[in-house]
Amino acid sequence: MNKFAPLLLISGLAAAGALACFAVHPDDQAASRVERGKYIVTSFGCADCHTPLKLGPNGPERDLAMNFAGHPASLELPPAPTLPPGPWNVSAAGTMTAWSGPWGTSFTANLTPDDETGIGKWSEAQFLETVRSGRHLGRGRAILPPMPIEPLANLNDSDLGAVYAYLHSLPPISNRVPQPIPPAE
Amino acid sequence: MLLTVPALVAATTASTERAGVPKRLADTGLYANFAELQVAADNLPFSPQYPLWSDGATKRRWIHLPPGTAIDASDVDAWRFPIGTKLWKEFAFGRRVETRYMELGANGEWTYATYVWNEDGRDSVLAPERGVRGLLELAPGVRHDIPSVSDCRACHQGAPTAVLGFGALQLSSDRDPSAPHADGAKGGELELDALVRRGLLRGLPDAFVEHAPRIAASNPRERAALGYLHGNCGHCHNARGPLADLGLALDYPLGEARGAPALLTTLGVASKFRSSAHANDVRIAANDPDHSVLARRMASRKPLLQMPPLGTQIADDEGLALVRGWIASDLAPLSSGASMHSPIPDLDPLAKGRRP
Ligand code: HEC
Ligand code: HEC
Ligand code: HEC
Repeated sequence: MNKFAPLLLISGLAAAGALACFAVHPDDQAASRVERGKYIVTSFGCADCHTPLKLGPNGPERDLAMNFAGHPASLELPPAPTLPPGPWNVSAAGTMTAWSGPWGTSFTANLTPDDETGIGKWSEAQFLETVRSGRHLGRGRAILPPMPIEPLANLNDSDLGAVYAYLHSLPPISNRVPQPIPPAE
Repeated sequence: MLLTVPALVAATTASTERAGVPKRLADTGLYANFAELQVAADNLPFSPQYPLWSDGATKRRWIHLPPGTAIDASDVDAWRFPIGTKLWKEFAFGRRVETRYMELGANGEWTYATYVWNEDGRDSVLAPERGVRGLLELAPGVRHDIPSVSDCRACHQGAPTAVLGFGALQLSSDRDPSAPHADGAKGGELELDALVRRGLLRGLPDAFVEHAPRIAASNPRERAALGYLHGNCGHCHNARGPLADLGLALDYPLGEARGAPALLTTLGVASKFRSSAHANDVRIAANDPDHSVLARRMASRKPLLQMPPLGTQIADDEGLALVRGWIASDLAPLSSGASMHSPIPDLDPLAKGRRP
């Protein structure tokens, strides 16, 4: 027997596998992409900052009416406290959606697919550009702390695409997050 | 220091290794003779009439087209370049600091790279993909950054063409004498008519062959201001790129019959940018630069406010004075109807129907 035969056999199987892949119904593929995205988003803890906490009967709990909608626009906060010089120089609101530190005050973004206030109009390419560049809308100011942009950028394109697909599968919520506030001079 | 020498070498080469990208400027083909810095004869020098402000850097630029090829100019605002096109832009602050490089690969994708000159100006090597922060002091407390490749993309991939300074308006032989920071086409530099004559440009619509392109404006200051915004802002703010949804277009598309988008999308138009200092401001308020978000963001170098958002740390006083003067004196409020530009029924016409 030709010594390459086993190899040919294996590549034949791989080709059959690839064909089988194409045979999968596109809906199933999309569903598995959303599943993969959900797995990544859940493991990364994106909701810890992008879904506000509210006070429930048993203490702070996620406000599911605001699932992934970012800092609630309705919640007007007083200016962040001025902290004495020293290492304790970051503060956060109890919602975990507003943060203040040497970079100014940042508010977590609305990641739901709402067209006007969320990422509804973003294409997958724009989502990737934003993460890869670390810049607002892919070409603006630097994205501020504590957004873990570098760990997210560590994902490959297909995983990032899955994250995008999952976020786009969420119910859209209209919530216009305030723009960040520059640090006091 | 516990790093051994081989480890150090490995670390530095790892940071600058990029598949298919030459490691030295000398290997990109810019120079016929690198030791004497003699530029190869087939690399043609050019200067855009509305250059980008880069904190006062002086710049030189060259283009190389593979022999026998030509640029397709049938879309007058988005020229298509032949595979193998190379472009260079040299930045000097007193001495040469970096030379930026773009090359169009066989896959139709542009490669971006920049080469940092050593202090004696004898060698120039590929910068790491993440760039180099604070390479050179420009002013007390202000240092020039070598941009990362993703920053090259942020500016160069935001418009329908990646080549920003080599186009019909920028190379027009009808040069704008009031354009800030333009060193003018030096003798022998490429201009539009020469490109057509030499057969390097095909398909340019006849109108621009007969009349060199020029910004239509009510006075020289307005012409220069619109040109400044085209050269410094239009690569992000246009109706055909990824930021089209902002509905802010500051480019000057020659293929558009309508008035300048930089007026149509700004004059009296509410800004989407909200901050305590700019609550309820409009993009441009006629006669009132202080309440025009556009001028205020141009004047700022605070990271959250500044425009452009990258590539500069020192505000452009000359460009700002020009734009403020234009806003203060040349624009009639919309309602008066005295504007040279026809009244606009739909303030945001460009954002519609023109997405790629
Ligand atoms: C520790 C808190 C925190 C976590 C965890 C977090 N984010 Fe964020 N995120 C933020 C903040 C704060 C902002 C707003 C930053 C700004 O305005 O520059 C933000 C902004 C964003 C933006 C908007 C970028 C833009 O263009 O303005 C996206 C997209 C995003 N986050 C996605 C994610 C994803 C996906 C995850 C999970 C992998 C995640 N975030 C986890 C805090 C967080
Ligand atoms: C702030 C936006 C910005 C950034 C960042 C930027 N460029 Fe450019 N670049 C421009 C503009 C605008 C022009 C045309 C105007 C001019 O040359 O003055 C230009 C011109 C060039 C040219 C001449 C060809 C052309 O497009 O006109 C080259 C080559 C170039 N850039 C390479 C690079 C590389 C490589 C990087 C990253 C290392 C980079 N640029 C980063 C905006 C930018
Ligand atoms: C590298 C890309 C880039 C360049 C170049 C750039 N901008 Fe922007 N600009 C943005 C982004 C992204 C936003 C939206 C986010 C924000 O407001 O910060 C924006 C927002 C703005 C806004 C607010 C939009 C509104 O609704 O009013 C104005 C005004 C503006 N830019 C003016 C300018 C001017 C003037 C220039 C040139 C001097 C310029 N920009 C150059 C990326 C850019």
